[in-house]
Amino acid sequence: MISYIFDGSFYGLLTCIFESYERKHKQVKLCMEETFAAEMFGDAITVYTNKEKALRVWKGLNEKTDATHRQDFYTGWYADDIRAWQLMFDYALYIFDNVAGIDKNYGNDLVLGLSRIAKKVSRERHRMKAFIRFQKGANRLYHAVVNPDYNVLPLVAEHFQRRYADQPWVLYDERRHYGLYYDLKQVQEVIFEDAEANAIAVPEDVVLDDCESLYATLWKDYFNNTNVKERKNMKLHIQHVPKRYWRYLTEKQ
Amino acid sequence: MSERIREKLSILADAAKYDVSCASSGSNRKNNNGGVGDTGNGICHSYTEDGRCVSLLKILLTNFCIYDCKFCVSRKSNDVKRAAFTVEEVVSLTMNFYRRNYIEGLFLSSGIFKNADYTMERMLGIVKKLRLEEKFNGYIHLKTIPGASEALVTEAGLYADRMSINLEMPTEQGLQMVAPEKSHREVEKELNVVRNKSIEYNSERKLIKSVPKFVPAGQSTQMVIGATSENDKEILLTADRFYKDFSLKRVYYSGYIPINNDDKSLLPLIGTPPPVIRENRLYQTDWLMRFYGFSVHELVNDEHPDLDLDVDPKLSWALRNAHLFPVDINCADYKLILRVPGIGVRSAQKIVAARQFGKLHIYQIKKMGIAYNRAQHFIRCADSPFSLKNKNAAEIKQTILQEGQSKWVPKAPAQLSLF
Repeated sequence: MISYIFDGSFYGLLTCIFESYERKHKQVKLCMEETFAAEMFGDAITVYTNKEKALRVWKGLNEKTDATHRQDFYTGWYADDIRAWQLMFDYALYIFDNVAGIDKNYGNDLVLGLSRIAKKVSRERHRMKAFIRFQKGANRLYHAVVNPDYNVLPLVAEHFQRRYADQPWVLYDERRHYGLYYDLKQVQEVIFEDAEANAIAVPEDVVLDDCESLYATLWKDYFNNTNVKERKNMKLHIQHVPKRYWRYLTEKQ
Repeated sequence: MSERIREKLSILADAAKYDVSCASSGSNRKNNNGGVGDTGNGICHSYTEDGRCVSLLKILLTNFCIYDCKFCVSRKSNDVKRAAFTVEEVVSLTMNFYRRNYIEGLFLSSGIFKNADYTMERMLGIVKKLRLEEKFNGYIHLKTIPGASEALVTEAGLYADRMSINLEMPTEQGLQMVAPEKSHREVEKELNVVRNKSIEYNSERKLIKSVPKFVPAGQSTQMVIGATSENDKEILLTADRFYKDFSLKRVYYSGYIPINNDDKSLLPLIGTPPPVIRENRLYQTDWLMRFYGFSVHELVNDEHPDLDLDVDPKLSWALRNAHLFPVDINCADYKLILRVPGIGVRSAQKIVAARQFGKLHIYQIKKMGIAYNRAQHFIRCADSPFSLKNKNAAEIKQTILQEGQSKWVPKAPAQLSLF
């Protein structure tokens, strides 16, 4: 078994797939630059991300898989986890080594594994669409702090851009220390200096719009009044809105 | 000022919550005018403590009402606080909630004040203001007021994504008992107006692309369950007929929550628990009818007029039709696999796709996300042990009930005392 050390990018992952064919390595263990601990046995090589090679692999995958599984593969990368990437790597080899259409062989652990990973990431993406709560600042900027399990902000950018086309907004991923900023023209990835990040991440520091607390209160009122007390079912409630999201939900404050 | 709007919102949200429709999907309105909002798959933004989703701002325009329907909390004779929103209030609540990503859109219903047309006109005013002045492209679910004129309903359809009007009780007799002023005929009339216009607009759009959208997310209705004495067969036959005759997108079943201590009303009294299990079984049956190729008569009929409460309707059907099983996963028709208890649409599709690449074994089937505990009694995989003795339906049911703990049955105390 040989280890490939790569940078954790999508193109990096695709380049690893390319290299494994070039070098005829069938059994490969993927490692990240930072976390690589020299293996006791076996060799390791560093794979440098190469866009050209990556795109060749991507093109090949496109030819051998259908639109759903292509999307799954792309979504899966956002799981942001070396075990997921390892599975995707093995999956790609399995696809290339077999006839077209094998991406529907759900009896295979790799094929099923990929759709599971994609489903997990996709579920978190959907939760972000649902659970993000904007606050309006005095500067008319709508802002929200999030902490998704997977790195899904890029997957929701288009959704929020379409939806809130006429209002500037910023989303800040607390865990990964970056955000998305929409300036009425385009969405950009932004890295905050600590002070700036604090300014939206720490509620006390933000100057809010005059109406903000009124609408937050009205929303809480609505949330409580639309509940049917006779049907209380906290187990179901928590199943739908897991407790780790409560911190970010206006109605659960 | 803020106290008054808070009070109004409390009263009018409280009165609207018995309408259970929560869908925000199925529309195709896009943000093409540089405004705010779009629609698509539907998003549940939150869930209340009763476990129901919150996707729309569901409110009444007013809870003043000229009718006196016995099952309704806003009925004329009920002693509750009354309130009414102004157009501005509804518009600014909707816009401000939407901009903060609290909701997918507006669900607007109303008590009937003065007369049907007067009420419908006020509601239409709100929807038009949202669409035309605020450039709001989010989801709008508008109730059709029974008795509103065809012209008003048609105009409303140009701005709403979904329209609905409630049957209230599953049968005409039931409705006559609790709401003599209403009738199913009237509901059918309104549903027909929207359905016919919808067909008209859609066929025109095939020729001229710029024909405006008309109720793009379709129509729905709702029946109250457990208030009057209809059995499940009557309820489901009504649902089936309305799905077919009016191409409804959804029929909702709302377990009756008693709001009345007047035993002359013939309705269950306060304190009677809502029939949540029955409601759940009705929804399951509804899904079987719409997505699993079951006809209503297979699930309820003269022999079985009521659904089983202890097992789901698909399992119940399979136990009654044991002669059709076991189904061989590796060669059975997709339609038959779909009928196996414990196998859903996605798993059935996966099975049919995967078996082209080799015989499927138990360990593979288990991983695909089917409920194997239930399914195992009805399927045969490549390595299923051959058994000489076929279990009968009663035995299978017993085994399944023992294996799984129903979420509806209270759990036994965790630990017994030693002494």
